[in-house]
Amino acid sequence: MIEINNVSKWYGSFQVLTDCTTQVSKSEVVVVCGPSGSGKSTLIKCVNALEPFQQGSIVVNGIAVQDPKTDLPKLRAKVGMVFQNFELFPHMTITDNLAIAQIKVLGRSRDEAVDKGLKLLDRVGLKAQAAKFPGQLSGGQQQRVAIARALAMDPICMLFDEPTSALDPEMINEVLDVMVQLAQEGMTMMCVTHEMGFARKVANRVIFMDRGAIVEDAAKEDFFGQPRSERAQAFLAKILNH
Amino acid sequence: MSDFDFSVIVQNWAFLAEGLRYTLQVTLTAMIGGILIGTVLALMRLSSIAPLQWFAAGYVNVFRSVPLVQVILAFYLILPLVLQMITGKQIPVGAANSAYFTFTIFEAAYYSEIMRSGIQSVPRGQVGAGYALGFTYGQAMRYVVLPQAFRNMLPVLLTQTIILFQDVSLVYAIGATDFFGAADKITQRDLRPVEMYTTVAVVYFIICFTLSRLVKWLQSHIAIIR
Amino acid sequence: MNYHWDWMFFFQETDDGLKYYDWILSGLGWTTFVSLASLAVALILGSVLGVMRTTPKRWLVGLGDAYVDVFRNVPLIVQLFMWFFVVPELVPENIGLWMKQDLPYFVIAIVGLGLYTAARIAEQVKAGINSLSRGQRFAGLALGFTEWQTYRYVRLPMAYRIVLPALTSEAMNIFKNSAVTYAVGILELYFQYKQIIEKTSQVLEITIVVTLCYFVLAFVMNRILAFVEARTRVPGLIVGTKGSK
Ligand SMILES: Nc1ncnc2c1ncn2[C@@H]1O[C@H](COP(=O)(O)OP(=O)(O)OP(=O)(O)O)[C@@H](O)[C@H]1O
Ligand SMILES: [Mg+2]
Repeated sequence: MIEINNVSKWYGSFQVLTDCTTQVSKSEVVVVCGPSGSGKSTLIKCVNALEPFQQGSIVVNGIAVQDPKTDLPKLRAKVGMVFQNFELFPHMTITDNLAIAQIKVLGRSRDEAVDKGLKLLDRVGLKAQAAKFPGQLSGGQQQRVAIARALAMDPICMLFDEPTSALDPEMINEVLDVMVQLAQEGMTMMCVTHEMGFARKVANRVIFMDRGAIVEDAAKEDFFGQPRSERAQAFLAKILNH
Repeated sequence: MSDFDFSVIVQNWAFLAEGLRYTLQVTLTAMIGGILIGTVLALMRLSSIAPLQWFAAGYVNVFRSVPLVQVILAFYLILPLVLQMITGKQIPVGAANSAYFTFTIFEAAYYSEIMRSGIQSVPRGQVGAGYALGFTYGQAMRYVVLPQAFRNMLPVLLTQTIILFQDVSLVYAIGATDFFGAADKITQRDLRPVEMYTTVAVVYFIICFTLSRLVKWLQSHIAIIR
Repeated sequence: MNYHWDWMFFFQETDDGLKYYDWILSGLGWTTFVSLASLAVALILGSVLGVMRTTPKRWLVGLGDAYVDVFRNVPLIVQLFMWFFVVPELVPENIGLWMKQDLPYFVIAIVGLGLYTAARIAEQVKAGINSLSRGQRFAGLALGFTEWQTYRYVRLPMAYRIVLPALTSEAMNIFKNSAVTYAVGILELYFQYKQIIEKTSQVLEITIVVTLCYFVLAFVMNRILAFVEARTRVPGLIVGTKGSK
């Protein structure tokens, strides 16, 4: 589903990504972790071409992302993404947040889009909030709306960039619950997160990044049982004790 | 465009330069006078004495809501009346001289708003610290608050001065010979609008563009003291 | 002081059979018309320029920056004279002739004042867009929006809300700036002011009345935009902050 081959990226002379290679197959859940500034966000943003990269290739569902001929909006519409800071559109009601891209990008009718949006809103447990504005919801509620907004596009896979790290602790679980359910339904997911409980529960593989490189890419059991690299061991020790 | 005649510019350069000199003189006078009066107005506005506050607020609001051209013409006509009332004699003021007065009074309203936010940007504790050293109100302002306010607002004050420099062209309304007025008068005589107005536009652009880049540079090199 | 107050002169007849207050009303009409039309030009062009300056395309940014630099660093009266007396000489002869003979004065004045004001609006629009978090653009793109759609549906609606106070003061300023168009023959309020002074010498009365007119124009504009601001206010959002943290 997602193939990342030897991707390198520079900001000017600063190398953010160094020769990253990995893949996510259909219905697989891959968790990406690593210290701050290691390039996790950058890598995941390369997958739907929000960030350009200079070397290597990324193929999503058979389409080469870096190919100038690729219709990026069309590709991105099929790849759902959830951000650390939710990024709901503050001037629109929750309903409009859910419907706007369905209408403008997929060409669905307004009724159809609102219908679909409300169904997903119900699924994340927020049906009652449909008429409110994002600023009137808590962080956890906003993030669940953001997930529903991505799902409304019928994505073939989902990208998560630290979806819970801007949340107060008591709201983290309401968002993780939605993600776990999604994983169990067979959604293909690539998640940057430090929630190791989530990783233990649903991940198939765990990728550990450091200084722009993929240092460890292992099955969940191997990663938690016996991380090979020292850096991954140190990192794990730190966040598990924390 | 076929015959852009540089010689027209060369021949009349002395007259244009004279106009430019007048423009600069009005700008500098109004900048210095305007900042001084503006600072006094700002202090009045921030004082705890209600009539002073009202006066300053009224002054600023009136001048900020009328077109400058209107003020230029009104003062040009009213100033001699007022002088006559005070001295009892007829004193011819003239367009060129009345502009110095008009711009100083008018710009004071704009500078005062800048100084006001400058003064408000200085933490209240600074005044307290001044009093603790035994300063009077005047001394605390003079030695502690105003220097900081002025420094914080320097880029904004200079930006306003660039606007003032451009606005002097509006003395056209009373026929004074500033830089633009000089070009206009030459045009009336020689009928070379393309050369004359283009020269004015280009010279204005070069001066104002350079100054605004300097202000930008200043802005990034003066750290605001808070 | 021997100034002779005479408030009744406004009702005297002028050479052309109208009363002086008719002159003022007619000037007021032209001032309003020229100002609003210029504001429309400035809002449209200023928005386009402001957007250009926030795109990733270097040449668009450069073009937008150059426009703002040029139009902010030349006095308004000089710009108007350029449009009236210089541009017609520089364009092909038949177009120049058409500009001088057939194109109504007020159109050139509106374009001149509009282009001048557009530079200021462009600054505001750019500042508004740049004050939004980068994530808003990413979120739009990630949903499949084109770059333009992220502006249309996501970034501009928020940017306008954020800069509405600054746009309000530009909109109030345009009435004052429109007074300069008298110099290129627009019979607006200031022109009538000047003309009435020449005819009657009642400087003080007319100054007071015209000042009040400008006051009222600015005040009405302020109220209209305050209404717009109230209508577009987003519940739960404190304007001026960047939405989510
Ligand atoms: N636009 C940019 N220009 C230059 N450097 C950047 C830019 N964006 C990110 N970087 C740098 O790239 C590196 C990787 O950033 P990235 O955001 O991908 O890290 P991250 O692993 O997601 O960290 P975090 O856990 O803090 O989110 C960092 O060192 C960052 O400073
Ligand atoms: Mg990150």
